[in-house]
This record gives sequence, structure tokens and C-alpha cells, in this order.
Amino acid sequence: MLNQRASEGGGVYAPARVLNLIVIVDREWRGEIANRLEQVGRYSASRTIMCVVEQGRDHISAWARMSAPDTAPPPGEIAPVREQIEVDVGPQHLLVLDTVVDPIVVPELLTVLWSPHGHQDAVDALLPRIVDVILIDSVFDPDPQDALGRVEELSKKAYVVDLAWLRSTPWRERVAATFDPREMRNLLSAISGVTVRYRPDSQASALLFVGWLASRLGWRVSPLSGVGAALHGHARARRQEIQIRLDQHPDQAVPGLAGVTVDTAHGVSVSLDRAPGGLTEHRRERDGSEHVWKVLGASRGEGGILGQGVRQALLRDPTYKPALDAARAMLP
Amino acid sequence: MATTVTRENPLIAGLERLPVHPTTLVIFGGTGDLAHRKLLPAIYNLAHEGQLPERFNLIAIARTVQSHEAYQQTMRDSIERYSRTPPNPEVLDALLENVRYIPGAFDEDSVYDELEKCAKWFDERAGIVFNRVFYLSTAPQFFPVIVEQLGHKKMDRIKGAEVRIVIEKPFGTDLASARKLNRTVLREFRESQVFRIDHYLGKETVQNLLAFRFANTFFEPIWNRNYIDDVQITAAEDLGIGSRAGYYDRSGALRDLIQNHMSQLLALLCMEVPASTGANPLRDEKVKVLRAIVPPTLEEVPRMAVRGQYTAGTVGGEHVPGYLEEEGVPPDSDTETYAALRLSVQNWRWAGVPFYLRTGKRLARKVTEIAITLKPVPHLAFRETGSLGVQPNQLILTVQPDEGVSLSLGAKIPGNLMRIRPVNMEFHYGTAFLSQSPEAYERLILDAMRGDASLFTRDDEVEAQWSIYDPILEQWHDSSNPPATYPAGTDGPEEANALLAPGHHWRQL
Repeated sequence: MLNQRASEGGGVYAPARVLNLIVIVDREWRGEIANRLEQVGRYSASRTIMCVVEQGRDHISAWARMSAPDTAPPPGEIAPVREQIEVDVGPQHLLVLDTVVDPIVVPELLTVLWSPHGHQDAVDALLPRIVDVILIDSVFDPDPQDALGRVEELSKKAYVVDLAWLRSTPWRERVAATFDPREMRNLLSAISGVTVRYRPDSQASALLFVGWLASRLGWRVSPLSGVGAALHGHARARRQEIQIRLDQHPDQAVPGLAGVTVDTAHGVSVSLDRAPGGLTEHRRERDGSEHVWKVLGASRGEGGILGQGVRQALLRDPTYKPALDAARAMLP
Repeated sequence: MATTVTRENPLIAGLERLPVHPTTLVIFGGTGDLAHRKLLPAIYNLAHEGQLPERFNLIAIARTVQSHEAYQQTMRDSIERYSRTPPNPEVLDALLENVRYIPGAFDEDSVYDELEKCAKWFDERAGIVFNRVFYLSTAPQFFPVIVEQLGHKKMDRIKGAEVRIVIEKPFGTDLASARKLNRTVLREFRESQVFRIDHYLGKETVQNLLAFRFANTFFEPIWNRNYIDDVQITAAEDLGIGSRAGYYDRSGALRDLIQNHMSQLLALLCMEVPASTGANPLRDEKVKVLRAIVPPTLEEVPRMAVRGQYTAGTVGGEHVPGYLEEEGVPPDSDTETYAALRLSVQNWRWAGVPFYLRTGKRLARKVTEIAITLKPVPHLAFRETGSLGVQPNQLILTVQPDEGVSLSLGAKIPGNLMRIRPVNMEFHYGTAFLSQSPEAYERLILDAMRGDASLFTRDDEVEAQWSIYDPILEQWHDSSNPPATYPAGTDGPEEANALLAPGHHWRQL
């Protein structure tokens, strides 16, 4: 019917039906979170319910907005309409937030919760009856131990998408690609050292990256110890010990990793570092020769990371939980 | 998962972007329209998304004499104009650094000497041997020339890396020419190295046909002659031939769309579940369907095929010329701009189900869809109370312009009487998924670099396609009857109705 209407009288609008996103924010940070959601672009949820928590508020009020692409759909095409509902609540409403939100989520769709300012009481109220997936960012928890422990707890109640994990995705992809050719693949069992450079607030991303390598390659890990701005320790593979080092990189502007170096017992070493237009890969071969080149890829920015988080809510990554377990085992 | 002798890469589990071996991509016809509008923007988008191999070089070859730098600038302009993603200057600069251009004719030895030199220079600079992908984006008469030259120069194999060749459509103009081209290609390359493009297969909706059929339980039980009454596959365009008169007048509607794209849709719709994932099991099943379509005899052609040609008419409120008045079209051309066929798939699942295919230029509307009409219910219990509006269920898979699926169902009209009319249950990709679909060429270029031939056409598949349509082309070629005519902006020639079985009608465009 929509197609018929579209063909008869030009394009039409129809509500998008992908997922509900519930966001719980403090009033004073509402604008910042709204901006981040704006930057998500094409990965915007189809219905966003933003619960704005305001100290001293004693009643609940709400407004709704529908938005469509700037340009009208051409004849024969359908433009998706997205819906945004903002609910203003007081702190006392958080304990019963499920009764406020339940009637306004689209029932047959997946529901994702993002609570960047804490509000654990509201999270508890919504989990697990209303929420299927919880979006968190371990990077913004001051203590990585707490952050990763919290993820573990939450994952018992809902599927967890951790933005700290998604920040490591390009690095995981590139390390996987580097070791994909047969001659390099054989070196996976000869890895002797891993160094991760990260922005000081992004230790969770660094731990998850090493946790991923450890879980995929069957390493036994043990707690790292701290020296200044660095953490170091070792893991045990079947043949040899792997030196692990996590170095803070204060100059990096954006959260996440700044670089990764993987050394092997045969003298081959691979380093990846952030660079304009992608990553710089620096490889030292067995014979000591060195090659440097650019691996192409645009930075997704923080808006892009959040968008990936929303998108990942529709998918399932079987490698995250083992990486998380290994990362927790490495906590100092 | 500790491993000492590593067979599989344990690091790729869970990753969306799988590794691709370092590759040097060579585009023959690097200054052509396809390269500028589709291939170069697709390559940029792959770079932007971080999906290109970790090391990637591009060599473009064409007749125009120009420097590497001039070609890089042209490539930049094309990407800025046609890329679906606004280019990131840093990514684009880095991509262009490894782009080289070789001027020359495709039959010149020196071009291939220069190509070999340039590809080896990339290898030596990196200290590895790059895979080679030769992309033939040229006029079809150059396909055999390039293939033979590559073979002659021994560029079809390379120690320590893979060599693949991508061949654009059209793959032949009839069965004999397709066979001849296959023989030429397979003299120099193994079939596993050959990637024949049908860009329709790179479209998300076409791939989704497989998911739709094989990931949902409730379609399979009715997906056969017992429940399906007929199938219509339509690829209608409201535009004329534009500036493509030279190509189109030699090709015509049947070669342009039915022989390749629409046959692929038909095969995907009718095939059995492949025994396993992978290119060959999938293509084996498609070939079985194509071979189950018995080609018509020359005598049967007029009863199962209709060709048409548009005359002047009105499209979107504007007067448009007829085909014979289009610039570049010979005034006595009998090339068909419309073709409609009735085919049958002679196997246990589909025997007796008519498959109607139609395509045309300057029709009422642009739409590509598959309409599957189910058989009517065996007994209509509500006839006495005014159920004349009941229609058989119809499942519509729309490929373009708005990708989606709709199912018509009979539902009760509110009121005291049990009166029924059809209502639609609809699903639209644009409203149900968050992401923007990649361009078909992005997927296909990446698959070719990766060596996954699932979405490419195999030699026997191409020949099976041509086998069906060869008698039709021959009969049309030899016939003294001109094509039927239809005014631009209509649903096509009246004569197409004669193909339909009693009780069937073409869906309104």
C-alpha cells in the first residue's frame, strides 16, 4: 500500500522500526548527550526515549518529536521517520522508571538502554523486563576494575555492548589481517610480547584488546602490576611466555588505543599506530629489514563509536565475553 | 584455543571485516564511465570503511595519454562527485599515493610489459608479492584481447600470490559467443580465478532473497507447484536509452536485462537449498534451475515471447520521443525495448507454474519486483455474504526503488457481515535497518579480492542462461514481423497479454 501510494503521488514517509533506545541523563548534561546522539547519523535508533533526571522535580512531563530526512523522498521511495520522546523526571521516579517507559517503547522491537551518568537504580528498574541490551562505556568509569566488574554483573541480566570494546575493533581487525597470510599465521604461536599504548582514561580498552588476543590464542593470563604510567606482566602460551605491557599515551586526543606492538620469538615485529587517514603499520622482518606503510580507514569519531554501539545491539559478538574474562584476570 | 600448527586464523572469529590479502587491482578501462561512476567511488568507500587490504595498489590502463598525477586528479574528482560517503581528505590522499596509470591500447605488448614492471615495482617496494586482480571494465570486444595478452605474458599465474580476473557484462551476445569467450578465458585462467560480474547479485535485496527463503520456516512448505499459481518478474524503467543508443541498439531488452539479471532472480527464487555454504554449491543449484528451463523451439517462440518498441508518448507529464527518434538509433531499427516471456521450470517443484518475465524502457514506472501469486483457497466459505473482493494471496519482493516485501492477505471488512477484502502486510528495508546498504560494486570488488565467487556467475551458468534465450533471439532476428509498439509511459504492448494463461493478468506498473 505504501509502495502504491509512493508510486502514485511521489515519495511517502513511514515510521522506522528498528529498535528503541532509552537514554537516562542528568539535566545538566542533556545537551552534550543530545549532541552525541545527533552525531550518530545513520545509526540513529528508530525511537529514542530520553529520560532527563532533574534534581527537585516532583512531576513528570514529556514531549515527542518526529523527524525525517531534510529532503523529501523522490517519487516511488519511502523515507523513514524517527521518533524522539523526552521525559523529564525527578530522582524519586527512577526506582519506578519501568512504569513510565514501558507504555512508550515499541513493544515488538529490541530495546537498548544507555545510562551514561550512572543511575543504577533506574538501570535496575528497567532490567531485565524492558531492556534487551545495555550500552555501556567502560572508558568513562574512573576505575577499570569497577568498570569491568560491572560489565560482568550486567551481562547476567542483558546483552552488553561496551563502547570500550568497539574502540578496539579496528585494531583487532588489523592485527587479525596482519597475521592472516599463512607465513604470518604460523607466527601466532610464537608471539612473545604485546605492548598496547592507550589514552590514560582508556585502560579498559587496552585490557580488552589484550584479553581478546589471550582468549583467541589460548594464553593463560595473570594480574598485571603497575609501574608509573605503565602496567606490565606476562601471559603463558604453550611454548613460551608473552610479555605484556600497557603504556599510557597522554598525547592522544580521543579515547581508545593509540598503538599496538606485537613481537614474536622469531624476530618479526608489527606495530600499528594512529595516523591521519588510517593506521601506520611498521613491520620488522626476521632478517632485520623494515617496512612502513599506511593502512587506510577513516576515524569514526566518538559519534561513530556510539553509532556502532547502537548497531551492535542488533548483532552478537561471541568473542567479547571471553575477552572480558581474560581482561578481568589481568586487572592489577 | 592453543595451536602450534595454525590452520585457521583464530583471530578472525567475530570480526565483521575479514582480512583480504594485499592486492594490486588493475582496471582495464580505467577512464571509462563505469570506472568513474562506480568502481573508483566503490574503492574509495572500501578504503574509508577500512575494508581494503592492509596494503593496496591500483593500476589503471586506458588509451588516453596522461600522467599518473593527472589520473590521480581525475580519480579524486570522480570520488568527490560519486562517492556515497563524503571523502575524508586524508584517506583519499593516502589511497591516491598508490595509484598508477598506464596509457596504451589493450592489444599493445608494451602496455603489458609496463603493467608487469609497475606491479613488480609495488611488490619489491613492499617486500611481498601482492595478489593481482585484473578488472576488465572495457568494451566487450577487448575481453579476449586482454585475456590472451595476460596469458601470453604469463601474467595469469604468479608464485606466492593469487591472480584473479573480473569480467564485466555482457559475457557474450549469444550462446556461441559466450562459449567462445569462455574457451578463451579458460585457456589462460582456471575457472576458480574467473569472476564474471552480474552487479545485480551484489545488491542487498537480491542476496536477501536467499535469507528470505532459507531463514524462514513458513515459506518453504508453500514454495512449490502445489501452492504457487504463477510468478511474475518485472524490471521496468521509466527512462529511455539516454546516451546509450550505440550499446542498446546492438543489445536490446532481452540481452540487457533478461538474459543476466532477471535470470539470476529466477534462479535464486527457484533453487533448492545449497548443500553447504560456498560459491560452488550455490552455483550448482542455480545451474540446475537454469537447465530445467527447456529452451523453446523456433516455432514455439511467438507463443512464449513478445518484443516491443516504444513510440512517442508522455512520461511524468512530459512528451518524450519514440525509440526510433532517439539520437543515435537507426530509423529502421527493430531492436526491442520491451520483452515479455513465459517460461516454465521443468522439475518436480515447479512443473506447471508459469514464470512471466518482462522488462522494458519508457514504461509507466521504474520498478523491479518479483510477484508470487498463491493458488486461491479451495473453498470460499463466505461467498454468500459478499466476499467478491477476495483475491489469492500475493507475495511481492521489491528490489527497487524501495526494497522490501509485502504480503496481501484477506481480512474482514468491519461491519455486521462477513465481507472480506485484501490488505497488505509490508516490510521495508529503509525503515527496518539502520545502516546504509553498500553499493553493489563495493561488495563485488571486495569479494573478488577475497576470492569468494558466490556472487559471480560461473561458466556453465552463463552458458545455461544463453541456452534458454538463444532460440528467441534467433527467431526475432529472422522474423519479418517488426516488434509490437507501445506508447512511452504505458505498461507495454497489448500483445504481451497473449502470453498469459487464462485468469492471469500482468500486474499494473
